[in-house]
Amino acid sequence: MLMGRLLLRNIFRHPGRTFLTFLGLLIATLAFGLLSTVVTAWYAGAENASPSRLITRNAISLVFPLPIAQSERIRQVDGVKRVSWVTWFGGIYQEPRNFFPQFAVDPESYLAAYPEYLVSDDVRAAFFRDRRAALVGRKIANQFGFKPGDLLTLKGQVFPGNWEFIIAGIYDGRDLGTDTAQMFLHWNYLNEEIKRRGLPRAGDTTGAFVVEVHDPFRGAEVGLQIDGLFRNSAHETLTETEQSFQLSFVAMTEAIVLAIQIVSYVVILIIMAVMANTMAMSARERTAEYATLKALGFSPGFVAGLVFGESLLLATLGGLAGLLLTFPVAALFGSALGTFFPVFQVAQATSLLQLVLAMLVGLVAALVPAIRSARIGIVSGLRTI
Amino acid sequence: MTVGRPFIEIKNLTKGYRRGGQWVPVLEHLQLNVAAGDFLALMGPSGSGKSTLLNLIAGIDRPDEGSILINGEDIVTLSETALAQWRAEHVGFIFQFYNLIPVLSAFENVALPLELFDLSREERKARVIHALETVGLQDRMDHRPNELSGGQQQRVAIARALITEPDLIVADEPTGDLDRQSAEDILGMLKRLNQDLGKTILMVTHDPKAASHARAILHLEKGQLEQENVNPSSTGLGGAPC
Repeated sequence: MLMGRLLLRNIFRHPGRTFLTFLGLLIATLAFGLLSTVVTAWYAGAENASPSRLITRNAISLVFPLPIAQSERIRQVDGVKRVSWVTWFGGIYQEPRNFFPQFAVDPESYLAAYPEYLVSDDVRAAFFRDRRAALVGRKIANQFGFKPGDLLTLKGQVFPGNWEFIIAGIYDGRDLGTDTAQMFLHWNYLNEEIKRRGLPRAGDTTGAFVVEVHDPFRGAEVGLQIDGLFRNSAHETLTETEQSFQLSFVAMTEAIVLAIQIVSYVVILIIMAVMANTMAMSARERTAEYATLKALGFSPGFVAGLVFGESLLLATLGGLAGLLLTFPVAALFGSALGTFFPVFQVAQATSLLQLVLAMLVGLVAALVPAIRSARIGIVSGLRTI
Repeated sequence: MTVGRPFIEIKNLTKGYRRGGQWVPVLEHLQLNVAAGDFLALMGPSGSGKSTLLNLIAGIDRPDEGSILINGEDIVTLSETALAQWRAEHVGFIFQFYNLIPVLSAFENVALPLELFDLSREERKARVIHALETVGLQDRMDHRPNELSGGQQQRVAIARALITEPDLIVADEPTGDLDRQSAEDILGMLKRLNQDLGKTILMVTHDPKAASHARAILHLEKGQLEQENVNPSSTGLGGAPC
């Protein structure tokens, strides 16, 4: 009881120093949380990939399309439950900075393969009915103010020209990790327009197939069978899990992700050094008090406990404040970034890591001062002013 | 001479420090017996070893040689943990600069040593109030050290030294930082503790006036006991040092 009071009062002995240390811990924890959330956001696509979905693309490169006719042969492979397809549209809405991904899909099979996109029956029917219809995610609908019935014009980059779509409705995500920053349009409409407009792109092709399998554990085997079907053909395929496919995009920017991760831990190391300095100063100032306590019969462990306790309490308070502040700041950060990160949510693991690291900072920072204080010679300590 | 076994029995005590690669003796083969309930003043020039002797007897320093028997127990042989426990139970400390914990009130400072004992909250409170009443500070118990005068702080330190009801009280220059009146109050208080409660008190001082309150004065010179004066004005209850 008395010791708890001693611990608390020691923390506030130098309010200015305590406040600055607290602020440093808060900022470090917040920075770590935000940087970790950026890293998590980078991997969000891969994290939320379904193990029962495979992606089949052109073996040479994703930029080369595959004939849509391959879908029939893929469907015949043992273990395949459903085949859909998706083509990157790459249009610009008003100006390039209004980026959001658009995909031409086979509506029925695609929405069936992605049950995490929540679409009401009315919207689903409206989307299926009109070949110019488009389905937009909640995030971009909120960002750009899209409403059902709106006419949306995109300037094609991969498929030149102006493209008009009618927004059939908005889809939501089944959970926080679901990407709701996409737009889906009819592959049939795109295919017809490619032919009608005589665009320099082969008709009846797609960027990739989405293959849903019955048993995720047989995914590798099914993938090999699919690729075997088209070996030595003009359009050899490469089939991988959806997660591997997503990770291949992350790999392109892995150096940046790694740099962000390193910076996030460097921030923690810096605050650890600052905190260690604070604790060393505090412990040095209290040398005579610790020697007095030892003279009165308190053990070296008790003295070390006082130093550890103070450091741990301060670090935990700063860490908790930083952790709590991460949520609103991440929300602001996420909205400021728009659709750059389709999912920008503070993960539970990030929060836990923030708290654990803050406590670790407290413990490590107190290590040397605590050992020194515990080892203070009573006689020499009492002489210290 | 002491009748029966002395309360403090020091045999062949040697203590030195290493300075610049050389061993400098502070106490050499010192012998001393102190009876229970005595009040001794240790005097001598700076570096004579009086504080070192006090620290060794109080168990906060270790000798190089010799034995220190307190109430029959050789504290030199005790482990650090056992020695800390022994100090908590048997020694009350009074320091020149009071050594109170600045963030704790007078009440909490006095209660501090009781944290090492298994006492009920009520008993703890009663003991602290009684100790503060003994030193006349019952109306200052919520004050922090920086809200008290030097004399009052030293009285809090005395209350803290008394709280565990120790057999031995060691005081290192207890009046060294006080004005004359406060010093007289503190010395009078130590005298009463010795006379009324029978506490054995060892006090290091440079001040002959302070030493005159003790029952006997020991002079240390170059690590040796040079002289021993029995103070005729003192009315100590204990036996004489031998």
